[in-house]
Amino acid sequence: MLSNLIVQFINGIALGSTYALIALGYTMVYGIILLINFAHGDIFMAGAFVGLLLVTVFHVHIIIAFLGAMLFCMIMGIIIEKIAYKPLRRSTRLAALISAIGVSIFLSNLANLLFGAKPTSFPPTEQILFKIQTYELVAGAQITNLQILTIVTSALLMIGLQYFIKKSRTGKAMRATSQDYDTAALMGINVNRIISYTFAIGSSLAAAGGVLVGIYFGVVKYNMGFMVGLKAFTAAVLGGIGSIPGAMFGGLALGIGEMLAVAVGLSSYRDAIAFGILILVLLFKPTGLFGTQIQKKV
Amino acid sequence: MGFIDGIIPPYYESILITVGIYIIMALGLNLITGVTGQLNLGHAAYMCIGAYTSAMISLKLGLPFFVAILAGGALAAVFGFVIGYPTLRLTGDYLAICTLGFGEILKSVLLNIPAVGGAMGIAGIPPKTTLTITLIIMIIVIISMVRVENSRFGRALVAIREDEIAAECNGVNATKYKLQMFSFGCFIAGIGGALWAHKIMVLQPRDFGFLKSIEILNMVVLGGLGSIPGTILGATVLTSIPEILRFSSEYRMVLYGALLVIMMVFRPHGLMGGVSFNTLAKRSFGWLKPRSKSDDKPEQKEMGG
Repeated sequence: MLSNLIVQFINGIALGSTYALIALGYTMVYGIILLINFAHGDIFMAGAFVGLLLVTVFHVHIIIAFLGAMLFCMIMGIIIEKIAYKPLRRSTRLAALISAIGVSIFLSNLANLLFGAKPTSFPPTEQILFKIQTYELVAGAQITNLQILTIVTSALLMIGLQYFIKKSRTGKAMRATSQDYDTAALMGINVNRIISYTFAIGSSLAAAGGVLVGIYFGVVKYNMGFMVGLKAFTAAVLGGIGSIPGAMFGGLALGIGEMLAVAVGLSSYRDAIAFGILILVLLFKPTGLFGTQIQKKV
Repeated sequence: MGFIDGIIPPYYESILITVGIYIIMALGLNLITGVTGQLNLGHAAYMCIGAYTSAMISLKLGLPFFVAILAGGALAAVFGFVIGYPTLRLTGDYLAICTLGFGEILKSVLLNIPAVGGAMGIAGIPPKTTLTITLIIMIIVIISMVRVENSRFGRALVAIREDEIAAECNGVNATKYKLQMFSFGCFIAGIGGALWAHKIMVLQPRDFGFLKSIEILNMVVLGGLGSIPGTILGATVLTSIPEILRFSSEYRMVLYGALLVIMMVFRPHGLMGGVSFNTLAKRSFGWLKPRSKSDDKPEQKEMGG
């Protein structure tokens, strides 16, 4: 029983670290333009498909496929922002949100047309990466090298992002823009470029998450972005939307929570549990664990 | 009763019934999202409650159809109240996510309840929805929506949409009005769901997912958020065009997604945004009487600060 709990806990960390990668995109975009980027989950799906195509059709190495998927989604994120969100920046938030939902529906159903409704499977791990080995931890609990790889890759990307946001000039401009959009523009920050950077970084992290999930679970499906995207959004809200450490923490917490629910035998309710957490957080602490209160003015 | 049933060919009659049901459901969503500006991404969930309730009443209790319809609407309204009471305090996008979450929770709960068939759903519901019943309910819903629009209640809802804080400063009890509005919108959705259940005769939880909610939202957005004639137009167009052009469902959803973006970017007020039946009548028949200055007044005045 204890070893089962530890195994599910480790599964939860591996799953949660991918949620965290995706949640970062939601939280960064929301921090700057106050928009829930519904299409983010579908960018994650696109990243998984691009990675899969690069491996199976173009026979490139998995690391190059990983980087290629990130680059592709980076460009895709920028284009989506330019087409669907930029013209709506000064209109109501409802309009921008509906537009984002439109992009999401468009992308997932386009993938359905292109790749079919059946799940496409990734090549076996030992062909593209390495042979899966399990290592014994305490009390009979095991961890696989694939899980270690997923966790380490996510952690590296998140540390890199944190460094970028805190230290680089662009990162500072991003933080300034998220604090006050208009004042940042007055201080000479090219706000449009910062927004493009934000979408580019968020989308490439989602693509990284997509490839990792694709390898980890072995299958890619056209509508995989919907549920994962919603859960990543839940993670972002749980940690406090707009807060980058919050998104990382929220992702891990949600992943672990979900896997523990599976461990106690509630696996058919795991989606309902994630949404239940979301609704409870929104009701009792809408700013999340690390978020800041925004005063609303007329 | 029933005088228009069976006059037109069954295929067209079936399309007309579908159009009528979608008009009913889209009008319910229009009240919530169009008039009051509360984005509801779980409208299909309330439709689902209405459909399941009425189907169970018809099948297990064998009560008359109108009891099943009213019970479906009533239970949907109760759920709307229970869900709305805590969540309507949330603003804009958080509310949208909560309604979406409720829809998904409902779906996964229904999938796990054997009493309502689980993933297999309910089959063998009696086909009681006729064109006459659909038309009568549709007309009642349209009239009540027009009445709401022109009432104190309706104006308060528009004020909440334009600026909730400013509306509250002017003495509008926003929480109370939003809750009443939401329950009413859910009631309409439940009635639509009850009609739907007795038309297609088979219910499965996955028919009432996020995409169904988006389909209904699309009708409201295309027609023009907040416009009753626009919503009717949107529901009619989006229900009948796939039938006429015989789209496959995948192409349709791709187009729906693109349509949402295009509408928001180029025409955020939809085809008939801000048009009520009054302005429609004036525009259509205005040439009959000599023009006066008052006809040219802009319809929508900016409200709030």
